[in-house]
Parts: sequence; C-alpha cells; structure tokens
Amino acid sequence: MSDQALQELSDHLQARLADTLISAGIELGELIIIVQRASIVRVMTFLRDDSNCQFKQLMDLCGADYPSREERFEVVYNLLSLKHNLRIRVKVNTDEDTPVPSLAEVYSAAPWFEREAWDLYGIFFSDHPDLRRILTDYGFEGHPLRKDFPMTGYVELRYDDEQKRVVYEPVKLTQDFRSFDFLSPWEGMTNVMLPGDEKAEAPTGAAQPGSNK
Amino acid sequence: MPTATTAAESKIKPFTMNFGPQHPAAHGVLRLVLEMDGEVVERADPHIGLLHRGTEKLIEYKTYIQATPYFDRLDYVSPMCQEHAFALAVEKLLHITPPPRAQYIRVMFSEITRILNHLLNITTYALDVGAITPSLWGFEEREILMEFYERVSGARLHANYFRPGGVALDMPAGLADDIWAYTERFPKFMDDLEGLLSENRIFKQRTVDIGIVSEQEALDWGFTGPMLRASNVAWDLRKAQPYDVYDQMDFDIPVGLTGDCYARYLVRMEEMRESNKIIRQCLEKMPDGPVKVQDHKIAPPRRGEMKRSMEALIHHFKLYTEGYHVPAGETYTAVEAPKGEFGVYLVSDGTNKPYRCKIRAPGFAHLQGLDFMSKGHMLADTVAIIGSMDVVFGEIDR
Repeated sequence: MSDQALQELSDHLQARLADTLISAGIELGELIIIVQRASIVRVMTFLRDDSNCQFKQLMDLCGADYPSREERFEVVYNLLSLKHNLRIRVKVNTDEDTPVPSLAEVYSAAPWFEREAWDLYGIFFSDHPDLRRILTDYGFEGHPLRKDFPMTGYVELRYDDEQKRVVYEPVKLTQDFRSFDFLSPWEGMTNVMLPGDEKAEAPTGAAQPGSNK
Repeated sequence: MPTATTAAESKIKPFTMNFGPQHPAAHGVLRLVLEMDGEVVERADPHIGLLHRGTEKLIEYKTYIQATPYFDRLDYVSPMCQEHAFALAVEKLLHITPPPRAQYIRVMFSEITRILNHLLNITTYALDVGAITPSLWGFEEREILMEFYERVSGARLHANYFRPGGVALDMPAGLADDIWAYTERFPKFMDDLEGLLSENRIFKQRTVDIGIVSEQEALDWGFTGPMLRASNVAWDLRKAQPYDVYDQMDFDIPVGLTGDCYARYLVRMEEMRESNKIIRQCLEKMPDGPVKVQDHKIAPPRRGEMKRSMEALIHHFKLYTEGYHVPAGETYTAVEAPKGEFGVYLVSDGTNKPYRCKIRAPGFAHLQGLDFMSKGHMLADTVAIIGSMDVVFGEIDR
C-alpha cells in the first residue's frame, strides 16, 4: 500500500468521478474520498468493477456522529481490493432525516452493517431490504451511539419475581455518573510563553533583553 | 378430515422454528429463526445482539489506556490479536513504532492466540457434529497455552498485555524456554488430533460438501480469514499488508479448494502448524532490549524508577489519570485475527479519549452469510455450518 499507488488511484478517481467527488486526500497513508450522497451507489459500483479499482470487498460500514456539523452524520465505508492490495475509505454526509441509498444491491455484505448504522445512529437507508434494529434489544428506543445519548442510557431492566417477567424501569444510579475532566494543560502548556521564558530561548553569551550594553 | 387427494394437493406451509438463544450448538447466545420445509432450511434469520454491551460507546468515554481491556472482551477466545489491532491503530495516530523486541513478542503471542482460537473452534466444532474426545484433548492444550498468557500478563484470558507503544512487561525468565519446549511437542499433538478427525468417516459425512461458499460469494459477503481462504482465495493480511515483524517470518498460507465446512477445518488445522513455525522463528530471532517505547509521555516508566525519580512519578500519575493526547486524525487499521480481518476504525479529535472507535468484527460478516449458506440444507447441517464459521458473540454483538 504505497503512497504512490494511492496517489495514482486518487488521480484516477478524480478524473472519472469528478462530478460527484467532493474531496479526495491521503492521510496517514490512507486514501479518503468524500462523495455526494445521491451518487453513492454509482460510486461504489464503479469502485467495485473498474479495472483500476477492483474493490471487491466491503470490509466495514459504520456511522459517525459530529453534532456540530450542519449534516451531523457521516457514513464511512472501508473497502478492500485484493487484486491491487489497496484500501480506500469512502464517506458521505447526512442528517437525521435524509436517507442514504442502500448498498444492498452492490455488496451482499452491506445490509447488516447498514442495519447496525440505523440501530446505533438512526441513519436511514433507502431501498434497504430489511431495515430492522440489529444489536439493541427488541423494542429499544433511541439510537445509543449518538453523542447526545447518555452513556448510562434511559432504562434499566430487572427480573420481577411478582410479575414473573423482565421489567423496564428508568435508570436509577446510586452514585452520580462520574465524568472526570482530565483535560488539564499538560500538553497545552508546551507552546505558552510564561514571563521569563524568553531568557531560555536567548543564545548563551548574547545580550539579555532589557540589559544595557 | 382431509382426504388423500387434498392432502397431496395442499401445499405445506413453511414451518417456523426458533433455535437458541440457549442452545449448546449456538456457540453462545445466537437466536435463529428458521423457516423450515420439513427438515430442510428455507430461510435462516439470525437475531443477534443478546450480548450487546455497548463497547464502542464505552470506549468513547475512556482514555486510550483504559480502552485496551475492552478488546480482550470482544472475541474472548483470541484476546491478544484484538489488542494488537487497537495498539497498532493508536501507534499509527501517535506516529510511534514499538521497539523490535516488543514486536517479536507481539507476533509470537498473536500466533499463540491463533492456536488457542483454532483449538477451541475445531474441537467444539467436532463436538457439534458428534465427536467428544477432541474437545477433551484440545482443552488440555489450551490450558497450557493459557498458562503462557498468565505468566506474561497475569491473566489467563483478559490479558491487557499489548499496549500502544509495545507490551506491558517483558517476558519472565524461563518463559521462552518453556514455549520452545512446547513447540517441540505441539506437532505430535496435531498429528493425534488429525488422526481423530481428518479421515474420520462420521466427521467427513457431516462436513464434506456442506455450506459451500464460492470464491465470488466469499468476496461479495465480506468473508475474511479461514472462511475466505477455504474458498480458494490466497489472501492473508500477515503476508499482504504485514504489520510488526510478520514480513521477517517464513510461513505459508494454507488454502482450501472446495469452500465447504471440511475445507475450513483443514485450513485451520494447517494454520496451527504454520503458527507453530512462526512462534519458533520469533523465539530464535528475538533480540534483547526494551519492550515499550521509551517516551514516558506514552509508556509508563519502570516501577523502580518511580520510587526514586519525581519526574517518573509525575509521568506515571499523569498517564493513569489523564492519559496521553492523541493527535487529531483517523485510521482504519486491521490485523489478521484468527477469525479473519479484525479492524479498528479509530477517530481522534486530539483529546485523551477516542472520538469514535468502530470495531470491525469478522464474525459479524460471516454470520450474515448464514442465510445463503444454510439454504437447502438440513437443520443439523446448519449446526455444522455455524460451527465451521467460528462465531463468538463477544465480537459480533460488541
């Protein structure tokens, strides 16, 4: 996975997918492209079938939540090409209401990963054959991996011996949830000039600022 | 009362059957809803998530050091390989490389982990299709290997041994000799195990031509690891995209030709012998030296140093409270775990906690393929197919 091969692939994609490509770049030796949501099926089909791409395997598909953005969700596809021994990461942006076209027709592996993204983030996929929740409990409400979903959740369950079944109740914590803020200025202090620091910068033997020479 | 003619004409409705979640052949907490035509499976709908613990959410609230133990608890029969993926991902974001000795130790324990995993899979798989003895033998060997785990990390299963920047501790004195002695006699055990299973008439009746996956299907469904190699695809991340010191190891990639349950069994058996070879090469080539990066902003200082040096004490305190800050960036880093490609998609926003940590579990993609693999097979063959997939719900449900 040399950078040169990735750069060639990036140039190739920019030539062939120019109308839909929002950005393409290599970071940490990994090629990342962002494409328009509406054309994701066409892009993926191209990546799968083009002889310079041959990304036959959809390795991973997941959501990510960035609440400060206008379109808060990212859908991240990680593809692998066995033929060229390359990886590529494709991203599309979306929000709570806008569906992303499903890849079920392109990769057989996609449906479960899309179900997972729907379950955990509430990203809706259009034309999905069977968009049910997959990881959370039957009848679960909410999308737990969203940044605004509390880590403790809203309900807890226990077995009720009188009713002879599992019952759901609002979460009761015997101790408040502890979220420590350890973001102390350990690394933040490295670029701060405190009074007197300029003396350390001055070359030895040179005149100290402020001294009369 | 239906007469003989109407009974012949009326179509039999598919029979819906529930399988699991409490079933010994479900390998954990798999619930299957099967639509049956008599004894033949028409559709299999796996219901997963019964072991969902929200690992990815929890990791977002933990520092990088605190996140490592969660990886042991994903696929709990191959813990160290998953720590390896996370350690490599964090190292990539931090732009650090562990010292050579740490890399050799990590490769060696990854291969011990591979043997651990395959021993469990093959022997319980044999149990699923009717052979009890292999599991009794295999678990004895696993216990010996888990003792190596214990000696190096203090725990039989949840090791928390691979850390970003190296490994937690150097190997204790004498361990290398004991592992070497073990690799001397391991091939003999493999011969015995093979003698029990490979030409066993019942075992072959239950596995040959069951759950055939073509090369095209294996790629399309995102299969990796032995599931892909059994379908005649020579692909292994240890060769194709080597990490740590795998590029210096001499080993072969076994490939199956038929893509059925029996081929997957054969691939795993051969992989164990190759792993044994890699362990021996690691022991032969392993250099002396430090086992973690010497930057105490990332790896803690030695205990003895902490007793004397104020700076070391501060480093230790800061590492275990605040942790280290990882520069903003993202990476998808994958390793060849025993079950297939185990990937970590890690997004850092520059703070001491991961912003997003997606775990790509190989079993998740494999289990998705159960529907097409078991279509048209008998119910009992579904059990054989599940066994040959090597599913563990810790990683699938996360």
